[in-house]
Amino acid sequence: MNIGVVVFPGSNCDHDCAYVFNDVLGQSVQMIWHKDTQLSGLDAIVLPGGFSYGDYLRTGAIARFSPVMRALKAFADKGGLVIGICNGFQILLEAGLLPGVMLRNTSLNFICKDVYVKVENAATRFTHRCESGQVLKIPIAHADGNYYTDPVTLGGIKANAQVIFRYCTAEGNVTPAANPNGSLDNIAGIMNADGNVLGMMPHPERSAESVLSNEDGRLIFLSMLSAFGKSEIRARPVGA
Amino acid sequence: MKALVITPAILEQHKLSEEEYRKILGILGREPNWTELGMFSAMWSEHCSYKSSRIHLKKLPTTGPRVVQGPGENAGAVDIGDGLCAVFKMESHNHPSFIEPYQGAATGVGGILRDIFTMGARPIALLNSLRFGGLESAHTRHLLQGVVAGIAGYGNCMGVPTVGGEIVFNDIYASNPLVNVFCLGIAKKDKIFLGKAAGVGNPVIYFGSKTGRDGIHGATMASDSFDEQAAQKRPTVQVGDPFTEKLLLEACLELMAGDCLVGIQDMGAAGLTSSACEMASREGTGVELELTNVPRREPGMTPYEIMLSESQERMLMVAKAGREEEVISVCRKWDLDVAVIGRVTDTGKVVLKENGEVVAEVPAKALADEAPRYDRPSAPPAYQEMLQALNHDALPDVKDANGALLALLDSPTIASKRWVYEQYDHMVRTNTMVRPGSDAAVLRVKGTNKALALSVDCNGRYCLLNPYEGAKIAIAECARNLACAGAEPIGVTDCLNFGNPQRPEVMWQFVLAVEGLKDACEALHVPIVSGNVSLYNETNDLSIYPTPMIGMVGLIEEAERTVTQWFQRAGDVILLLGKTREDLGGTEYLKVLHHREQGSPPLLNLQDEQAVQACTIRLIRAGLVQSAHDCSDGGLAVALAECCISGPDGHVGAMVQLPLNGLRQDALLFGESQSRIVLSVKPEQAEAVLNQIRDAGVPAAKIGTVGGSRFVIRLEGDQRTEGCTVDLDLNVLHDRWASAIPRALGQN
Repeated sequence: MNIGVVVFPGSNCDHDCAYVFNDVLGQSVQMIWHKDTQLSGLDAIVLPGGFSYGDYLRTGAIARFSPVMRALKAFADKGGLVIGICNGFQILLEAGLLPGVMLRNTSLNFICKDVYVKVENAATRFTHRCESGQVLKIPIAHADGNYYTDPVTLGGIKANAQVIFRYCTAEGNVTPAANPNGSLDNIAGIMNADGNVLGMMPHPERSAESVLSNEDGRLIFLSMLSAFGKSEIRARPVGA
Repeated sequence: MKALVITPAILEQHKLSEEEYRKILGILGREPNWTELGMFSAMWSEHCSYKSSRIHLKKLPTTGPRVVQGPGENAGAVDIGDGLCAVFKMESHNHPSFIEPYQGAATGVGGILRDIFTMGARPIALLNSLRFGGLESAHTRHLLQGVVAGIAGYGNCMGVPTVGGEIVFNDIYASNPLVNVFCLGIAKKDKIFLGKAAGVGNPVIYFGSKTGRDGIHGATMASDSFDEQAAQKRPTVQVGDPFTEKLLLEACLELMAGDCLVGIQDMGAAGLTSSACEMASREGTGVELELTNVPRREPGMTPYEIMLSESQERMLMVAKAGREEEVISVCRKWDLDVAVIGRVTDTGKVVLKENGEVVAEVPAKALADEAPRYDRPSAPPAYQEMLQALNHDALPDVKDANGALLALLDSPTIASKRWVYEQYDHMVRTNTMVRPGSDAAVLRVKGTNKALALSVDCNGRYCLLNPYEGAKIAIAECARNLACAGAEPIGVTDCLNFGNPQRPEVMWQFVLAVEGLKDACEALHVPIVSGNVSLYNETNDLSIYPTPMIGMVGLIEEAERTVTQWFQRAGDVILLLGKTREDLGGTEYLKVLHHREQGSPPLLNLQDEQAVQACTIRLIRAGLVQSAHDCSDGGLAVALAECCISGPDGHVGAMVQLPLNGLRQDALLFGESQSRIVLSVKPEQAEAVLNQIRDAGVPAAKIGTVGGSRFVIRLEGDQRTEGCTVDLDLNVLHDRWASAIPRALGQN
C-alpha cells in the first residue's frame, strides 16, 4: 500500500505516522510537502497531528489554504482514503471535507492522556478490523478537541452512521465524565458521507506497538490496509 | 567611532565594576564605544562568563570512555553505541520566569532545544525541574500556572515530548522560582556539529527570525538580584515563537544532512554578540559582520541594539565558501529569513560594520574567554550550626501514622504531578515507554534495541543543611532513579542554582556543593558533560536554598528489560534494599508535621550507594524484578504508598511488616535514609533474589506482600501499636495524593 503523509510547516506527528506505516506495518510511505500540487500513485493520505503554521489563529485555519489541499480534495473526491489525526482532523474540518468545527477544550488546557473510545461503526474502511462497540484505549494530546456542530448536521451524521468514535469509560459507557474536552455527544471521530475521509482526535499512531504497551490503535491502520487487500508485511522487534 | 564619556553610572547600568572596566581599557588600548561597552557587559556578565564559578567548575570530572563532547560547547554528548550519541544539557530560565512566567518558561524551552539541535541532534525529550513558593500564595499559583502553560505551549508545538521532571514547593523560592529545563537529542556520532568559525573567507550566515528590540541585556538581567522593582524588568524578557523554532529545527537538520556547514551556534543569551565571538574564539579566528545585512524587525536599530538583542529563534552559521546558495534555498524552503552577514577572518577580532564603516572592533577571545575570574571569599553562614542542630529527644514520636502519611501525600512536593504533566505532550515522537509518574522516564531509541532512562533531581533543603552531602545525594538519587528503571548512568548535566556569589556564605555553599558533585560522580563513574550556573537567585537580600539541579541519562541495553515503580501483581513479595537509620533531619516529614527545616540531612555512603544500584540494575536486567522504587521524600511509608497508587491502571494494596529494631517509629516510616530501594518480585523467585542481593553485600529484607484493597504497615516489636500503624483504604490514599495540587489551585 502506498501511503502519503502530508508535511505542513508545524506538523509534528508526520514522522510518527510514517514510522507506523513504514517501519511497523511495512508499507511504502512518501512524505508530501505542503506546497506540492500533484498527488499520484497513492492509496491513502494521512494528515498528521501538530501545530500547522503554529495554529496561532484557529487550529487548521491557515493550513486549509496550503497548495496541497486542492490536490487532497481532488484525491478525496475520487474516493481516495484520507485520515486526519488531531491537527489533521482540525484541518479537514476547516477545509470542509468533514462537517463541524473544533472549540477549545472546556478546561482551556492542553490535555495529554490515554482515553477510551467506543467504535460506533465498525463497518468502515477505517474500523472493520474492530468489533462494533469495541472499546479502544488511544491517547489524546490537544488543546482544541471540543467538537461542535449544529443540531441538524449532528442529526444527519448520526443518522448516517458517520460518528465513528465516541469517548467512553473503560467499560464502554459513553458518559459526561468520560468526555475529556467537552466534545458534543462525546464525539472523538467522524467520517464523511462517502466513507473515505476520517477525522479523529485520538492518536492511533501512538498506540500501535507493544513496546509502547498499547496496540489498540493498530486496528485502525490494519483496517485501512485490508481495505486494500494488504496485510502488514512484518512485525518489527522491540525498539526497531 | 564616536567618543563617549564612560561614567560610573553607565558602568553600574552595565553591571561592570571599575576594575573590570580598567581591564577593558587594557584590552582595547582605548575607551570602548557604546556598542563595545554593551558587548563586554553582556559577555562578561555572570550568566555568560561564569566569572564567579569557573575556577570551581574545573574540579568536576568531565571525561570518560563514552564522552564524545564535554563542557564548553552548546551541549554535551555521550556515546550510546550503534553509531549514535545522546546529546543533552540543562539550563535555567529562572529570572525571566519570575518576571513573566509564560514567556520566561517558554523561551527557556526554546533556548535549550536550540542548544541540542545546534549540535546536529534531533531533540527527543524534555524534562524540567521547577521550584516555587507555597501554593497558599495567589502569586505562586499564578507563577505555577504560567510556567506550566509556557513549557507546554512551546514544547507541545515543537513536537518534543516533555517526559518527566520534578517540582518542589517551598516558601524560600516564592520570589525566586526556579525553571530549569533539560533536553536530550539523538545524533549520529560522526555528525556532531560544533560552534566554530573555521576557514578564513567562509561566509557567516544568519537565519531564523528577524532581530527585534526584545530581550536587550537579558543576560545582564539574569546576572542580577531582584527587589520590589523586578516587574519593571519585563522588557528584558523575550517572546517565544515555537512555530518558527520548529521550522528552524527542520531547516537545521536538513542543512546538516548535507556537507555545506562548517560551524553553527544558536543566538541565546547575549544574542549575536555571543554567537559571533564564541565561534571565532573557539577556532582562534575572527569575524567581520555588516550589520545592515542582519534581518531586522524595524528600522532605526542601532548596532548596540542589534548586537544585544535576545530575539529568539535565531541561528548563526559558517558555511563553506561557494555553498551559500544551498544554505539559502533550504532556509527559504522553510520560510525562514536568511542573509550572509559577514566572513571569517584571520584577525582574531570581531569587527562590526555599518554601511562599510567600522562601528566596533573587539578581540573575540577577550569577549569570550578573558572575562575576569573571581575566587570570591567563602565562609559558612553564622546560622549554619543552629540549622544543623536538631534534638530528636525534643520531638514527640508520631502518634497518628495514618494522619501523618496522608498529610505527606497531601504535600504538593510529594503529591501527584498529574495536573502538570497532562498539560505536556509526553508521547509525541512515539518513543515514550515509561511516561511521567515513575522514578525515571524511559524512551526507546528507534533503530536500535536500546532505551534511555532520564531523571532530574535535587533536594535543596539537604543542600542548605549540608551543601556537600546534599549535592552528593542529588547525584546519587538521580542515578538511583535510573537504576530503578534498570539503567546504567552514562552522563550528567547540571544546573547550579545559587544565591548572590558576592556573599561569602553563598560561595561557601557553592564550593562545597561542587565538591559533593565531584565525589559522587567519581564514585558512580559518571561524567558531567554539560551544564549551566545560575547565580543571583536572590530577592530583597534573601537567597534561595542552594539548588544544584542534576539531570542524568542512563542506558538500558535491552529496551524491554525495564520496570516501573508501581506494584504489578497481587502475591508479589516486597523487598527493601538498604539500611534504615534515624534520619529525620531535613526531611519532608519534619517540615510538614513539625514545621521545621533543620538538622543534618541523611549522610550518604557512596560505596553502599553504588552497591545498591549495581545490584538493582543486575536484577532488573536478569528479569527478576516486577517493580522498583527509590525511597526519597517522605521516606519508606511514602515510597510504599506510591508503589500502591501511582500506577496508570488502578491501585493495588500491600501488607507490610517492619521491625522497629530500636528505631523511632517516625524515623522508620518517614525518615529519609539514603541508598534504599523497594523492589517487588515474584513469590517463587523471592528467596533466590534475596540471596543474590545478600551475596552482593547489600543489606536487604523481605518486608511484605502485594495485594488487597488496603495499604497496611505494621510495626513489629512495638508495644504501643494503637494509632501507630498505617492502615488505609487505597481510594482514600489515592484521592488525597491525586487531588492535592488541583485542590491547592482551587480546580477540583
